[in-house]
Amino acid sequence: MKKKALDPEKRAERVSWALVTPLTLVLGFFLLLPIATIVSVSFWSYNEWSFYPDFNLDNYMFHLTSAVTWATYLKTLKFVVITWIFCAAIGFSVAYFLAFHVQSLPAQIALFLVCTIPFWTSNIIRMISWIPFLGRNGIANSMLQSLGITDEPLDWLLYSDFAVVLAFVHLYALFMVVPIFNTMMRIDKSLIEAARDAGASGLQILTNVIIPLTKPGIMIGSIFVVTLVMGDVITVRHMSGGQSASVGRIISNEISLLQYPAAAASSVVLLCTVLLMIGIMMRFVNIRKEL
Amino acid sequence: MKQTIDTAKIQKLELVATTKRYGDTVAVKAINHSFKAGTYSCLLGPSGCGKSSTLRMIAGHEHVSEGDILLGSANITDLPPSARGTAMMFQSYALFPHINVVENVAFSQKMKGVDKAVRAKKAMELLDLVDMVGYADRLPAQLSGGQQQRVALARALITEPSVLLLDEPLSALDPFLRIKMRAELKRLQRELGISFIHVTHSQDEALALADDIIVMNNGLIEQAGAPRDVFNAPKTEFVAKFIGGHNVLKTGPQPLALRADRLMVSRSALPAGEAISGKVLDVEYLGSTVTLSIDAGNEGELVASMSDADFFASPIEIGSTVFLSWKPEDAHELAA
Repeated sequence: MKKKALDPEKRAERVSWALVTPLTLVLGFFLLLPIATIVSVSFWSYNEWSFYPDFNLDNYMFHLTSAVTWATYLKTLKFVVITWIFCAAIGFSVAYFLAFHVQSLPAQIALFLVCTIPFWTSNIIRMISWIPFLGRNGIANSMLQSLGITDEPLDWLLYSDFAVVLAFVHLYALFMVVPIFNTMMRIDKSLIEAARDAGASGLQILTNVIIPLTKPGIMIGSIFVVTLVMGDVITVRHMSGGQSASVGRIISNEISLLQYPAAAASSVVLLCTVLLMIGIMMRFVNIRKEL
Repeated sequence: MKQTIDTAKIQKLELVATTKRYGDTVAVKAINHSFKAGTYSCLLGPSGCGKSSTLRMIAGHEHVSEGDILLGSANITDLPPSARGTAMMFQSYALFPHINVVENVAFSQKMKGVDKAVRAKKAMELLDLVDMVGYADRLPAQLSGGQQQRVALARALITEPSVLLLDEPLSALDPFLRIKMRAELKRLQRELGISFIHVTHSQDEALALADDIIVMNNGLIEQAGAPRDVFNAPKTEFVAKFIGGHNVLKTGPQPLALRADRLMVSRSALPAGEAISGKVLDVEYLGSTVTLSIDAGNEGELVASMSDADFFASPIEIGSTVFLSWKPEDAHELAA
């Protein structure tokens, strides 16, 4: 029997499905499935030696009513806010310098690549390298003492909130630089001339033209920084010397005690919190046109 | 509604040996020109001729390497853009994409700290001038090219400049709109009575708009004058070629410019020395005129333009031989 030719519309439909399938499979397998697993495990029960399928809300009840949880969320939010302020200030300044101050495109690209050099080493190594620098007998303290700025070593340089924020800013500032630089590069330079033509001072150009037009970039960078800091486990532990808590550490502690259902419930709460925060941030700026 | 302009404020603009250097290259070579008060001037030339640099120096967006720019009796060479009494309309219009039309027009007033209600009222007056009141609340992205241009015009005019600078204002529009906006620019200039300086590479635009045409090439002014003078009697070969509609004859002692429509085409032989003979290569029908391309031997390819009535009274075939003559007063000697 002769095979009937497919009509073009059906063919196009099949091609569309074929094109969508790989990404759907990848996202389904590596994103949706794990989340679904975590959500379902979060309702399970556990005791000292085992955990088993069940449907109860005890994990959530315990997590949400614990004073430790609330204090930890507060502490984590504090890290988020402080880190965000510094990352935004540094990110904006660096991007501004690259986009508006450096005139030639090759120089812009070269300097931008220089910014990414720290990313050639792993997060943990970059973080740990602060320890000998900031320690009691570290470079920073010996320098401060030899310059006569302090008489004795400063204790708060390492294993403190200061150290945590410093490491966060160091690790994540580039996540601010990149999207802000990207949006700034799209600003038509004649807009700045037009503003100057209209008598705007440098500061007025910044507040009336550049910042409003850079908002989407600032928002994308903020989403990066907020989600990274909210979900952090390692930085807080290492840089605070175990003295500071974070939401991520609650989860990692629960995992190390093999309380998987409790860890799953904490994770779901964290995920919802972060999604809520991003939702609120998206309210302010329409970033869709940037993507 | 008509805008009231203080006529005493409108003054002539003078370029005195104005020079622009970019590193080793000289974009504008010590040009001198006086733009009369309240006239429409066009800086005309091919890209890279220095016309845009000149405009940007007048606007204060480009540093003047040497020489001066005077507005009336004031030396404005080194003043910031907003303190010069000039306003610029940018080629891409440069409307602020994040604020609506009224806010765009009122921008300079906001920078001055004018009260919100006052500046909005003033902006609406300007929008009325350019017929855009109905679009006050739109964002620039929601406007067509022609509408964006009107807004840009209103935004430039709100500063009450004595000179409005327009950088290729019509190049982004489609041909139909270009002709419409061209008429409107001219009308606006007449109504406001201020000087317009308009940069363009289109000779049609310059001829249609300008009271004064300044033809530039290689950073120099080749010729400046009324459109009719420039078109009728180009001074240099460059002007004759750039402005179009001219033939340049080089076989005589001095190169000559001859308007294509002043060449008389005859099919019967004329005494030698009074005419050039040539073979018709091509005939182009353009509606009211017909253009003949003629291979005139030593003179190269010449173009003759005839009215359609004359042409169709006795049509000329491609390949036939014609004789070209002209009145002595129509031949203009060019600088060698």
